[in-house]
Amino acid sequence: MSRLAAARVAVTAIALAAATVAVFLAPRWDKVGDIKGAQMGVYFIALLGLNIVTGYTGQISLGHGAFMAVGGYTTAILVADHGVRDLWTIPIAGLVAGIAGFLVGVPALRLSGLYLALVTFGLAVAMPDILSWDKLERVTHGGKEVQLFGKPALTGKGFADVSILGQTVTFTRAVHYLTWAVALVLLVVAWLLLRGPPGRAFRAVRDSEVAATSSGVNIAAYKTFAFAISAAYAGIAGSLLVIAVAFADPQAFPAKLSLTLLVGVVVAGLGSLWGVLAGAAFIEFLPDAAVHVSKAQGVPDTVYGAALILIVLVLPTGVAGGLRRALTPLTTRLYTRS
Amino acid sequence: MVQFAQQVVSGLASGSIYAALALAIVIIYRSTGVVNFAQGEMATFTTFIAWTLVDHGVGYWPAFALTLLIAFAGGVALERIVVRPVEGGPVLTIVILTIGLFIMLGGLSNWIWKAEVRSFPPNRPFPTSTWDIGGVAISKQDVGILGVTLGLVLLLYLLFQHTKIGLALRASALNPAASRLVGIRVGWMLALGWGLAAAIGAIAGMFTAAASPPLDPNMMRPVLIYAFAAAVVGGLTSPVGAVLGGLTIGVSLNLIATYDSHLHLDLDRMRLPIALGAILIVLLVRPAGLFGRAAVRRV
Repeated sequence: MSRLAAARVAVTAIALAAATVAVFLAPRWDKVGDIKGAQMGVYFIALLGLNIVTGYTGQISLGHGAFMAVGGYTTAILVADHGVRDLWTIPIAGLVAGIAGFLVGVPALRLSGLYLALVTFGLAVAMPDILSWDKLERVTHGGKEVQLFGKPALTGKGFADVSILGQTVTFTRAVHYLTWAVALVLLVVAWLLLRGPPGRAFRAVRDSEVAATSSGVNIAAYKTFAFAISAAYAGIAGSLLVIAVAFADPQAFPAKLSLTLLVGVVVAGLGSLWGVLAGAAFIEFLPDAAVHVSKAQGVPDTVYGAALILIVLVLPTGVAGGLRRALTPLTTRLYTRS
Repeated sequence: MVQFAQQVVSGLASGSIYAALALAIVIIYRSTGVVNFAQGEMATFTTFIAWTLVDHGVGYWPAFALTLLIAFAGGVALERIVVRPVEGGPVLTIVILTIGLFIMLGGLSNWIWKAEVRSFPPNRPFPTSTWDIGGVAISKQDVGILGVTLGLVLLLYLLFQHTKIGLALRASALNPAASRLVGIRVGWMLALGWGLAAAIGAIAGMFTAAASPPLDPNMMRPVLIYAFAAAVVGGLTSPVGAVLGGLTIGVSLNLIATYDSHLHLDLDRMRLPIALGAILIVLLVRPAGLFGRAAVRRV
């Protein structure tokens, strides 16, 4: 292993350890803090997935909110109608969303990336309507809220405490821990996947399809694979989101969610795993910060959009790339052209 | 049969709105090879500008014309300031940029004009009465919308096919390098394309507000999907295809919703998924659309 690679592994390990400590020890928050932390974890997972397909494979998905909806509804339906324990629905949600991603990806990937963007955008906009369709009422409850435990949704209030490893914690805190535990596992999975041959193939597809084909990379297969994995991540994120609030309804997965995820992944820096943390924090906490500017509706969106444009124009490698450049010694920058 | 004819006519009217937005999308796609996802939000934004003008006492049609000019200038400015720096960059970058515009303009519409119910225009631009032709009641507004949109499409066609500037526009879309060599200012032609697209989008926005009141900051979101469907059906590169695609989508959606009262499939709610299905089917069966030319890529 070259020195550079060794350094990268070390940095990643340290970042992982720091993230673990920060996530599990730092929060001495109230309920709202727990919920926000859990939501940020949900975004983190979805952004990991989106980054695999958009950042590493170069395929634009504007519809990851729709795959979150698939995962979320899988969990809601299994728990509410079939009495499955909520924890076990998480991998199932990932699997179902992954299959959905595969089914969308197969036709769309035969065409250029632009068409994939079109189709996934359409999917994001159409998803709430599909979930509300009368003919699917037996499955999706036709647009009505699906209550996980037959209780009204009170963002965690009134849910029984949970016992983890002999410790009793509140439901919201348990959800927070659960989300970040899953997130860390998925981060490691993504890291292992991306540093190995699949990751190399993904990047080859992104950088030059022609060169990738000539080197024997099966483009269609890798694109579909990346898309399915990425959709599975989104599905798991959606599942955790539904578990946290204990209900699912079509309005929880609007088209805006998909676009917000795109903002997050661009802020993070396409093709950077640890930048995803910054991206998740940005989309989770920006609406709170925007309230200080003006309470008017639309302020967060204005800032999201402006941030997206500014980053593309000024900092095309996102927060991660910007930091990386700032940390690289000046001499290296002077003598080598990126 | 009467019901059928009536639904076809009103489908043509809404279809002409989709056609206008699809045309805007096609103009930008032809010149830059990118779909402008912000097209619908640009239209909404300019419609709110028109509302503000009318609110300040400008008459509807003067405000209409003024809005087209403002939209044109806005489109040119957007291209110069925002899109120009990434011109010729990867598709991914430009798509993300237009998504940024989409989110930002949507946010601004909500911010500046808040989410209160407005009717625009206050007095309908077209008479509310109907013509009675063989038992078919045809609304004058439908005919008016159809007429104005098709008229503008015709003007656009003349501009593109029979003027020097149109020739330059087509040339810079086809081969920027060669166009530059013969002295065409390609950068400005692209900006001109954005300006034209923004102005056509503004028409779609103002007619959407007139055809389905009230004026709402999110009104163009579904229309954008129908326009995408129209543009894809038409092949993304063909202006004529976009118009025919828009009319097709408008009429089919209307007929589907009408005859659903016999089928009970709740298809009226499924308009967006149906449009998405149309996009998928066209892409799978005939990716070049019904009127486009197949793209050839050298590998």
